[in-house]
Amino acid sequence: MSNLLNVSQSPHVHGKESTQRLMLNVVIALIPAFITSVFYFGAGAVIVTATSVVSCLLFEYLIQRFVLRKPISINDGSALVTGILLAFNLPSNIPVLIIVIGSFVSIAVAKMTFGGIGNNPFNPALVGRVFMLISFPVQMTSWPVPKGFGTGYLDAVTGATPLAVIKEGLKNGEPISDLIARIPTPSQMFLGDMGGSMGEVAAIALLIGFAWLLIRKVITWHIPVSVIGSLALFTAILWLVNPEKNASPMFHILAGGVLLGAIFMATDYVTSPMVPKAMLIYGCGIGIITVIIRVYGAYPEGVSFAILIMNAFVPLMNSYIKPKRFGEEVKNG
Amino acid sequence: MLKTFPIGGVHPPENKLTADIPIEYLPVPENVIIPVSQHIGSPANPVVAKGDTVKVGQVIASGKGFVSANIHSSVSGKVSKIDLAPDSSGYRQTAVFIDVEGDDWLDTIDRSPDIVRDIKLSPEEIVKRCLESGIVGMGGAAFPSHVKLTVPSGKKCDVLIINGVECEPYLTSDNRLMLERGEQILAGVTILMKALKVDKAMIGIEKNKPDAIAGMTRLAESFSGITVHPLKVKYPQGAEKQLIKALINREVPSGRLPLDVGAVVHNVGTAHAVYEAVQKNKPLFERVVTVTGKGLTKPGNFMVRIGTPLVKLIETAGGIPGNTGKIINGGPMMGKAVTNTDVPVVKGMSGVILVPGEESVRERIRPCIRCAKCVSACPMNLEPYLLMSLAERNLFERAEAERVTDCMECGSCSFTCPAGRPLLDYIRLGKSNVIKMARQRNLK
Repeated sequence: MSNLLNVSQSPHVHGKESTQRLMLNVVIALIPAFITSVFYFGAGAVIVTATSVVSCLLFEYLIQRFVLRKPISINDGSALVTGILLAFNLPSNIPVLIIVIGSFVSIAVAKMTFGGIGNNPFNPALVGRVFMLISFPVQMTSWPVPKGFGTGYLDAVTGATPLAVIKEGLKNGEPISDLIARIPTPSQMFLGDMGGSMGEVAAIALLIGFAWLLIRKVITWHIPVSVIGSLALFTAILWLVNPEKNASPMFHILAGGVLLGAIFMATDYVTSPMVPKAMLIYGCGIGIITVIIRVYGAYPEGVSFAILIMNAFVPLMNSYIKPKRFGEEVKNG
Repeated sequence: MLKTFPIGGVHPPENKLTADIPIEYLPVPENVIIPVSQHIGSPANPVVAKGDTVKVGQVIASGKGFVSANIHSSVSGKVSKIDLAPDSSGYRQTAVFIDVEGDDWLDTIDRSPDIVRDIKLSPEEIVKRCLESGIVGMGGAAFPSHVKLTVPSGKKCDVLIINGVECEPYLTSDNRLMLERGEQILAGVTILMKALKVDKAMIGIEKNKPDAIAGMTRLAESFSGITVHPLKVKYPQGAEKQLIKALINREVPSGRLPLDVGAVVHNVGTAHAVYEAVQKNKPLFERVVTVTGKGLTKPGNFMVRIGTPLVKLIETAGGIPGNTGKIINGGPMMGKAVTNTDVPVVKGMSGVILVPGEESVRERIRPCIRCAKCVSACPMNLEPYLLMSLAERNLFERAEAERVTDCMECGSCSFTCPAGRPLLDYIRLGKSNVIKMARQRNLK
């Protein structure tokens, strides 16, 4: 041995968890949803995901290398996750150039301007997505009808999402009971056989991913359960009051991006609260705002906006919502 | 469901390599270095001088004030000098150097192997004997035991808790002691119960020591009022407040002591030392030390005289492996890295771990991703990421308001951080500054 000993403070052992492993586990959890999106939307799903991932990694690399001149850390997996999540929030027929622009906004504007990983206040993938939605509303809301590999890419046949059918129908004064016939059945929706963003459609795949994240202790149950629970409760009340004017809670959970948002987007470490109590408030906020936008707003879908709005409250929650300290308030017995 | 504490905690790899190796007596070394401060509180005053001849068990430094402890010679021989010597944390301290001649014990020490259960001493005499015998907490903190046995007026103790948890990875000295000296430990517990005037004692042992649980449970049947409780394996269960919460579901208030909830906690090693002091009139001058590490050829549990240089101990365990990068005094979670292998074994040293080079360097520090794993790992329910960032920015008032001083430095946060951030290092910085601030406030 060299005659010198290392000296450092305790602890002298470290757990096996690392940023990279956590991100890798998120990627693994997203695999079922990727498989279903390829299953329903064919080649388009692969092209969109690949474009998004490659451009997110590239932008992060270029900015770190040439603008920030800091060590390159694209191998931490975070840009990879952002790329996949951005792709999952897009229709499978969106042109490549628009994806590249969206990736640029996600990485360059929403993440690196704030100092990179750990510092961004808003979920990068969602900032990119909302930017694209506002800038390219037509391309962002033409949803391919799922026809497997026959869907094609830019030439895909498009149709309305279940949420859009309901929104449009209710606006025209049609009762829910008539509209139900024009949307997929709950079991079709559960399996993902409907129009929508490519990664959000298959509830089953997202739930498998959720189970993986819980088993590997990547996330806790607090945020997903509070988002879905509050959304279900709110829509259940509306539905019970007037079932002809409001869709069922089951419909609201299965349609659109609630599960993808609740499990993978709202739980983004950097932009969600640190304490379980705050996580529950944050999750309920997302659920409630989503319903408000869906039922009373102009857009048929509101998950992205709801998450971004609640992201803005996270610093405030971190400052004011504190865990109950051990020995703080003592009841013995 | 096994009992445990409810908040936070981690489960580091146990690596109890020496759990099945019986305690072996280490030969008396040629010379010893006995520091006069091996405990929390004031250092003891040397009462011998250069050239004096001492016997095993003789007082060589006497405790100064209430929170202090006597220091006894662990060997017989001649005092060669009283001088500064580095202790295991690297600081130089007054120590008594003794050249060993033979192994001549004081006549007052009962060296027979018989186990004496009958307690002849009164509670006050027991406390006095602990004080005279230099008994301190053997779990690592080395807090003088007679202080914990003296219940101030107005407070009441109704249960004695015995810590057999040994939640630190690698360490097995308490485990071996429970397996080989179970009856002595229980007799010691009975003595502690008498001193505290309680009729109930609970021994907490983690489930990864099934032999110790079985053995102690069987032996405890013949002692009145002592029960053994298996606990779920979770670090830091051996911390006083966590152990009290796990066993009797009482929460020690922030900044207070176990006695405020009617409990006193002693380690199994301390109970053993108390037994020897009270029944055998043998002061504290030797202890069990686990010497372990993945590269060591003969790791083991050794009964070592206090003051033995660490290097002697490591030689007996097979010598320092070539790739050693770090030597830890204590467990890997809370122990201290030693700077020098000539430092002596002291009363609070429960283990020595030799860490291979590749495991001895820290990971690269990466940015905090705000995963909140440190918050869920903290057994005190603090927010380590926040305390670290406050300390980094010198915001000590805010760190105080966020209760940085509640931190007991268990290291669960740093252990768990996926970004390899030195959370506890900065929390210590915050703590020491807050304590300094509070002291200045009190002076005004």
